[in-house]
Amino acid sequence: MTPVPVTPSARRRGRPSRVLVYAALTVALAATLIPFVWMFLGSVKTEAELRQRPPTWWPQTFTWDNFTAWFGRLDIGTFFVNSVVVAAFTVLGTLVFCSLVGYALAKLDFPGKRVVFTLVLVTLMVPGVVTFVPLFVVVSKLGMVSTYPALILPFLAGPLGVFLMRQFIKDIPDSLIEAARIDGAGELRIFLRVVMPLCGPALATLAILTFLGSWNNFLWPLVVAQSEDMYTLPVALSLYSVGQNSTNYGVLLAGSVLIITPVLLLFVALQRYFIQGIAATGIK
Amino acid sequence: MTVLTRPASPVAPVRDRGRGPAAVRRRRTAVIAYLFSLPFIASFAIFMVFPLISSLGMSFTDFRSTDIPTPFAVAFVGLDQYTALFQNEQFLRSMLNTLYFVGVGIPLTMAVALVLAVALNGAITRFRTVFRVGFYAPVVTSIVAVAVVWRFILQPDGLLNTLLASIGITGPDWLGDTAWSMPSMILMAVWRNMGTLMIIFLAGLQGIPREVMEAAEVDGAGAWQRFLRVTLPMLRPTLLLGAVLLSVGYLQFFEEPFVMTKGGPLDSTLSISYFTFNQFGFGNYGTASAASYVLFVAIALLSIVQFRAFRTKE
Repeated sequence: MTPVPVTPSARRRGRPSRVLVYAALTVALAATLIPFVWMFLGSVKTEAELRQRPPTWWPQTFTWDNFTAWFGRLDIGTFFVNSVVVAAFTVLGTLVFCSLVGYALAKLDFPGKRVVFTLVLVTLMVPGVVTFVPLFVVVSKLGMVSTYPALILPFLAGPLGVFLMRQFIKDIPDSLIEAARIDGAGELRIFLRVVMPLCGPALATLAILTFLGSWNNFLWPLVVAQSEDMYTLPVALSLYSVGQNSTNYGVLLAGSVLIITPVLLLFVALQRYFIQGIAATGIK
Repeated sequence: MTVLTRPASPVAPVRDRGRGPAAVRRRRTAVIAYLFSLPFIASFAIFMVFPLISSLGMSFTDFRSTDIPTPFAVAFVGLDQYTALFQNEQFLRSMLNTLYFVGVGIPLTMAVALVLAVALNGAITRFRTVFRVGFYAPVVTSIVAVAVVWRFILQPDGLLNTLLASIGITGPDWLGDTAWSMPSMILMAVWRNMGTLMIIFLAGLQGIPREVMEAAEVDGAGAWQRFLRVTLPMLRPTLLLGAVLLSVGYLQFFEEPFVMTKGGPLDSTLSISYFTFNQFGFGNYGTASAASYVLFVAIALLSIVQFRAFRTKE
């Protein structure tokens, strides 16, 4: 805090109210985090204890059984690899596609540029269900049902990524690009050597947003991944939770922990970029 | 992409089209720009624009899942799908439900997010990051995973009702009672979305110059007056943005009921998106497309209205 001259009366008013704000925020934070706490604690409880009423907080008997179920009977390795592969290629593809077209829209002149950009803006408002049905028809016509491309390709055309990259690249001074051009650099070289190195923050934001979307996506994979070897983690969990196993509550909780933990760790480690990213997409 | 194949034009109507070095360079730039855009435009065309247009086309036909092998053999039925929709009680119910969710959910989420943002921005100086990370955490988590826990919280003898019982309140069957199922969905949505809005509002608050606040304070404005007369008006663009983002998302309301209630009980949490998804499941692709376009129009209209409403006040 910068030292601001505080009148005695303001100081007297300030202190108790600040304590109140802290107290209120702490209560709100506890309420927000209760589902997580309960998930983690529940995942190491026995089935009998989970059925106990009133519910217990701290596990009476500690057990890893719920987790071993995922590593034994259920093929979590495959689901995990699927989720990682899909997310990795979706992020990579989105970064390449969106930064290329973002550069073209921001710095190059070509006929039809306005049409492309307007279309991108309009599709930002298109609800997912509008394209859902024909997209499924396209994918089944192309014979891609239950393949990685079906899980990845439809998400490389995200209008948000194009918008983000275009806005960011637009703010890079033209003089930098002109200087490179005068030095005889080609457009590809300018893009790779001048523009991309300056796009770090935007690329980080886009990578994080795309990764989150892909990792947590479940409706499309649920419809398109029809064989068990193509399930992603959320698909596996959601199918498991409606099957005859739905009564096996501890296993469901352990599955939730397994899906959420990698993202939560990533988030805590990179929280600055997450938050910058959200603010940037919003404000720009 | 005619530029790629067209030979030098015989007549040069404008000076841009000549053979001069400037024109050659311009054409070269255009070709390069198309090459740069090609990967995106190709996938955008196949996976976004084509589905968007065929969905509109399908909504004027009686397309069913059995027509996939012969998509052009379907019958054109004009506006029949749309007129049937607006006579379909389940669809009308889903519209009312969506309206309920949006009408209560948006103001509530914005209010909660704004309170959190204001508290984090000015009222406290320490542990800001801890609070920010904590309130944002629900945003990054998978709805499927979260649903498992929330089902337990909202069970008749679950966590929430146990807490309520400890202060002498008998809680309802949150997910099983038609009166409480929607409020439960809204509660979950607020929990899942307040973080995003809080971050956007925080960024907006930090854009308000300190001098303005200090000037208001010197003029004797109290905290509440400063909030009403300075903070809110200066935050208008940010609030607008938050409202638009939220309404585009909330009008598509689907995931919470899909994982929690399957649209029930008695269709009390069936949204337009959910109705559409069910029609897709039944194989009624024409009906699904028509319903999805009704939603698209609603989203576009609401966005326009919001932009108007916030603009005219200035």
